[in-house]
Parts: sequence; C-alpha cells; structure tokens
Amino acid sequence: MMMTKEKLIEIKEKVKPDMIEKLLKEDRVEYRGADLVLKGEYFKKQVRIALKNCDIIEPTNIEEYIALDGYHALYKCLVEKQPVDVVEEITNSLLRGRGGAGFPTGRKWAEAHKYPADKKYIICNADEGDPGAFMDRSILEKDPHSVLEGMAIGGYAIGSDQGYIYVRAEYPMAVKRLQIAIAQAKEYGLLGDNIFGTGFNFDIEIRLGSGAFVCGEGTALMESIEGRRGMPRPKIHRTAHKGLWGRPTIINNVETLANIPVIIERGYEWFRGIGTEKSPGTKVFALVGKIENAGLVEVPMGMTLREIVFDIGGGAQNGKEFKAVQTGGPSGGCIPADLIDTPVDFESLGKIWSIMGSGGMVVMDEDTCMVDIAKFFLEFSVEESCGKCVPCREGTKRMHEILDRITKGEGVEGDIERLLELAETVSGTSLCGLGQTAPNPVITTIKYYRHEYEAHIRDKKCPAKSCKALIQYFITDSCIGCTRCAKACPVSCISGKVKERHVIDQDMCIKCGACYDACPVKPIKAVTIN
Amino acid sequence: MDLIKITINNKSAEVSSELTVLQAARTMGIDIPALCYDESLEIFGACRMCIVEIEGNNKLQTSCSTLVKHGMVVTTESEKITKNRRAILQMLLDSHPNDCLTCQKAGECLLQEYAYKYGVAFRKHDGAMRPELIDTTSPYILRDNSKCILCGKCVLTCAQVNDRAVLSFAERGYDTRIIFSGDQSIEESACVSCNRCVSVCPVGALIDKRDIGKIRNWDGESKVVSCKACDYGCEFEVKSKNDKAISVVAKPPTNGRPLCLKGRLSTELKYLDNPDVPYKKLEDRFEETTWAEALEITEIVEKINKMANKEKE
Repeated sequence: MMMTKEKLIEIKEKVKPDMIEKLLKEDRVEYRGADLVLKGEYFKKQVRIALKNCDIIEPTNIEEYIALDGYHALYKCLVEKQPVDVVEEITNSLLRGRGGAGFPTGRKWAEAHKYPADKKYIICNADEGDPGAFMDRSILEKDPHSVLEGMAIGGYAIGSDQGYIYVRAEYPMAVKRLQIAIAQAKEYGLLGDNIFGTGFNFDIEIRLGSGAFVCGEGTALMESIEGRRGMPRPKIHRTAHKGLWGRPTIINNVETLANIPVIIERGYEWFRGIGTEKSPGTKVFALVGKIENAGLVEVPMGMTLREIVFDIGGGAQNGKEFKAVQTGGPSGGCIPADLIDTPVDFESLGKIWSIMGSGGMVVMDEDTCMVDIAKFFLEFSVEESCGKCVPCREGTKRMHEILDRITKGEGVEGDIERLLELAETVSGTSLCGLGQTAPNPVITTIKYYRHEYEAHIRDKKCPAKSCKALIQYFITDSCIGCTRCAKACPVSCISGKVKERHVIDQDMCIKCGACYDACPVKPIKAVTIN
Repeated sequence: MDLIKITINNKSAEVSSELTVLQAARTMGIDIPALCYDESLEIFGACRMCIVEIEGNNKLQTSCSTLVKHGMVVTTESEKITKNRRAILQMLLDSHPNDCLTCQKAGECLLQEYAYKYGVAFRKHDGAMRPELIDTTSPYILRDNSKCILCGKCVLTCAQVNDRAVLSFAERGYDTRIIFSGDQSIEESACVSCNRCVSVCPVGALIDKRDIGKIRNWDGESKVVSCKACDYGCEFEVKSKNDKAISVVAKPPTNGRPLCLKGRLSTELKYLDNPDVPYKKLEDRFEETTWAEALEITEIVEKINKMANKEKE
C-alpha cells in the first residue's frame, strides 16, 4: 500500500488511546511532561531517546510504533526536506557515533552524500560483541522500527536505496524481530519502492555475522558482507568514499540510528540541549558486574560515573566496597574509585585513559584483582584477533602470556616494563581498532593499580585474594565444627568431626571458595583466605 | 594523472597523486621495508613494517596504504620507526624456528634481511611458537607452517588466477594459518603446482622442493630465462654451479603472467644438465612419470621416433 501522512495520523489516532490506557492500567508508565516514560526509581534519572519505546510498545506491531509518532520523521524528510537539509540537520545536532569511536555522524553522511555513484549503501552495525554489553540487542528486540526508520532517513540523505543490517547470529530474537519489522514496513509502504509517493526507494536486507568480534570493525564487516573472510582492510580510502563493493557507504551503529528519527522530529537544537556541548544527547550503558541494580541505563552525556553507579545502579553488590568501573569493553580502561566523579562523555573518559566505547560498563568490587581483569579482557582480544596483522596477532599473545605468568605467581622483575613496551607497539602499529585498543585494559590497570602488579610479581601475593595460584584457604580455631564447609566442598578435601575444628587438605584443594561461602561463623568466618 | 609534490627523507619529487607513499618512495629510489607488500598484489596491510612518520600526524602510518598528498613530508627511518620495526621483527622471530643455517631460503629471505638490517636476533623464551605442520606430500612444493609469517601473499597470488584460489586463511588470532583447499594436504588439494605461491613467499614457509639441497642462494651463477611453452613467457631463474645448470625456480608472476607446471618442467628439461624425474598429479596424489607424458607430448615423441626410424631405413 502507499503510505500517506493522513494514513499515519489515522493509525496513530486509532491505536494510541487504547495503548495508553492499557499501559497506564498496568501501572508501568507515567507522563514526564508530554512524554510517556517507564515508571520507577531506576528510571527517574534516566533520559531515554534511543530506548524511548523500549518496554513501552509491542515491537512486533508497527502500528504501536506509528502511534508514538513513528515514521513521522521519515515523512518529514522525504516530503519536506532535501537530502542536503537532512545531512545538515544531523550535522548541526553534533550527534556522534554511539558504536564507540564517537565520529560525528553528520560528517560521515555529508561525505557519502557528496560522492556521486551508481549505488550507495547504508549499513547498520549490529554486531555488538563487547563482554557484558546488550544495548543494541535491546533496541533491536524492543524497538526495531526506530532503526529501520533511521536507516531509511540516512539512505535518503546520502542517496542510497539499499541498506544492510549486519547482526550477529547469536541474537536470534533480534533477527526475528527485525525480519517481522522489515516485512511490516514493506507491507505499510514504509520500505520498498516509491515511499510516501515521493519516488524514493529504499530496501533493507539482513546479513548475519558468524561469531567473529572483529566483524564489528567497519572494514571487516564489509569484507564479511562481500562474502570474504572477516579481516579488516587497510584504510586507503574512507568508507564514505569507497566502502561496500567499492561504493560510497556509511556504517552507523544501532543506537546512533535509533537517535536519528527523534532528532529529525524534535530538531537539532532540542538535541543539543541534552548532554554536554561537545557530546550532546544521551548514551545507553549496560550496567553490569558487581552492581546492585544491573540493567540498561540511558543517561544524558556528562552525567558523572558516581550518579550512574550509585544513584541509578545502587552501588556495589552485597554491601561490598566499590573498586573500579570498566568502560569500553576490551578496548577500554579501568577507572578507579577515586575518579568516580568523572563526567561520562567522549572527552572526559579519554582524558583518564578510558573510552566511551559502545556502552559496556562493568562494575568491580574489592574482591576483583585488577591484574586478573586485565588478563580477562586481553584474553578476549587474543581470542578475537583475526590474525591478520603482526602486532595484534603476536603482541597480544605475548602480553597475555606475561599476564598469565604474573597471576600464577611466576612473574619476574621487568614484566611490567615488557608489558608496556609491547602495549606501545600493539597500540601504535596495529591495523584496526581492535588491535590498537587491545592493550588499554593493561595500560590503565598498570597506571592505576601498579602496586597490585608489584604485589603479584615481588611478594607473590594477590591483594584482592582472587588469583587462585596465590591464595590458600585455611580454617582457623574459631571453627564450630558445623560441617557445612565439608559438605560444600566439591572435591571432599575437608575433614573433621562434628563440633570439632575442620582441616583443609591443601594438596587436594582446588580453591573454588565453596567452603568460604558456606562458613556461617560470624562476624569473622572461620574459613580465611591467605 | 595529477602530479603532486612530496618530500621523503628531505628529498623532494613530483609524483603521481595516485601513488601510495611506499610506491612514491620506490620511484624516488628510497626503499621502505615491507614483508606483505607486492606491487602485483592487492594492498594487504598486514606486516606493519612499512610504517613511516608523516608530518602533522602523531601516529605512525603504513606507507603501503597511505596515498600521497600534495606537500606531504615523510620520514622513513627514525628512532621511533626503528623501535617499532624492531619490535615487530622480534614478534615474528619469537614465533619462528631458529633454522636459518639449513633453511633453503637463507640469503633471499626477507625476514632474515630485515632482522640483519635492524639488528634483531632470535631469543630464548617459554611462550608459544607456531606449530610445526610440515607438508611433504608434493614433489614440487614444501610447506612449512612454522616459518609462515602470514603475510598473505600466497593467498592473494593464488586468487588472482580465475577459479584457482586454492589457498586461504584458516582459524584466527595466533592460530591463524594458511591452508590448501579447505585444509587438505597439497597432494589432495586442487593445487596445480604452478609455484606462484612459492615465488612470492618472502620466507621459508613455501619452498621449491626441487631446489632443496642443491645450491645456496649466494653460490654459483644464475640467469633469468623466459619460458617458451606459451606466449606469456613467464620468467624462470636457472641456477648453475661449476658450469652445470642445477636448478630452475619460478620468478614471481608479474605483468599478468600465470606460471604453470608444464612451463616450469619444460624449462627444466631445456636448461638443466640432469633434471629430477617429473611427477604428474592424479586425483589425490603425485606419481612419477616420463618427461614426454609430463609435457603432454607422448604422441609427438612417438611420431618423432617413428619418423627418425623411417629416415634410418
């Protein structure tokens, strides 16, 4: 069918009242000004733009998306604006890529717009892969049309009639929701030929990733779509000039695209009123780890880490002491507790050696060993390195070997310096962003927690009592002989009679910590970690 | 073609705006080290050895994949560059067997050349090494995975021939390796022994097996000949010692030349004093054969013999 403005309004008027009534009845939403927002303490400090429809609309029903002004922005662009005006609007909004690097979206669009070509492409990068991150997944699953609309607007702006969504196969629900959304958009004439009778054609196809983290890197992603091995290309030309199949291409992240329709609807000035001067708008974070209230949060740029971690997240779990927060996943850095008042925006995080990243925010408490955390993230990079360029393939492997040694108590003097030297070459000479940023977790933990490295290397001690090779479980004479530890031990290495002090066989102990967790003695447990 | 002005190592020149910094440098007689760059192959950007400093840019740039710009000022050797090149070479050597004494590639190995130039040596370490997977199934090509530096040249040159693309990358990270036909041995694979891959391999990972043990690179004389088997005229190097032609190896397949086994064997037969027996490829193995059959001239040879006998009569 041919969609018109009248039909959009007709759908909206038909669907919206019942929808609102139902939502209010379920007591899940409330009004903030004219906006419908989710109800509850957790959402009070949040400002939701990319997530505005999530958990509010039924994602498999295009009419509910339309009811909340969906596809009105696309109409506005196609009928009332020239492509160059759309590019200008986004440029003026100062929207920056939400995938991690923060490149100005408008500049990307302007560049792809200016190159004449028989074919241009717009790609939605939905290959979200940072450990613990699920921002894009939630948008795709809960509000797929916002991404489709953003893509169609981008397509119109740069002169492209073909979009691809590159989504990881590990997100089957997101894929399904996208398929449904694309089919519905086509049925309603919001994708396909002659959209709104303007002569503008735009189609979207889904391409599935095959489990390689590196395919989230733009050029590797394009290699993958072209049917080749997912390895980054050398950047001789900009993607906006010669991208997919050598044609002008823009690649935008899911969250970036979800921001587009709202910016068009409300105008760039409104958008710039949120967030900071250089980083306007909001950012979605997946607040995970040792945090009381884990979940997705969308906050204005410039909010401090303290507000996010404590006011929204409720601080560290189980009353433990907050130690650090890691942003930017395997490309980011660990931010220590004394920098908790840092505002979250591209510049401020860069100054303290971390990055904004795509939105992973992993909270760590006093029990987390920072050497072990660095090893964890580096191991991820080692596994996900595509193996193409020497520094990433060989260098991260060597760095991981050193870290592994240190956490096993086999570190030697000079290891920290060796790590930093390798880090310099890997970050300075690797081909793509994955390699260039892979050493960041190591660099930042050495910068802020050098004493922990030294304790492992010199004293063979893990200050957080987390590295298994460096700790010993021991039962003190405050043991009441309750036998709970012996029952909890999976390798049966704890012996002792009822009401008598128990003993751990150190040779058999696998240091799983089950006895420690099971010990009921208070206030100081009878099981100690030395 | 626009000409632009560029300065490399304080030397200025006008070069085409379509060149990369590395290409421009070479036209100016300045050599930038590179393990994965080959002018006849797609730019790959894997080895990172060709890093240079470009004025106004804090980060090192790979010269193979940076286009020249008007007024660009480039430095190809500096303390910072050397430090990183040395680090990259050390990473490669740490994964590479210390086998230069007996390696057939010694003397023409690029890794050896750069290690010498930048003073980087093998060292003892307890970390991982590339696993030794040596494929001896072909009489023409010896494949030694432990020496591979994954520059990708073999994969790219193989893919340049239509329908060939026998070689590809497999696995990832440190476990990445080059495989033939979905990880088969050379004899089982679709490889036609053209030796394109061997001719571009910068190290001892792919070696011409018929050359092994016969002559060292710095020994004897060598001359380049053009193959007469077809119009392409691929080039081969004929190596001799004490006036005896000992070995023939393929030169890289530049200028669209394809290289093939037949051409190589006919060159061997023509120039060598005592060529090794030829082998032909069956479905999944190699089999010793006659020269007539290897060159597909059995009928012609028979006819020649018949005619010769006739003349005698």
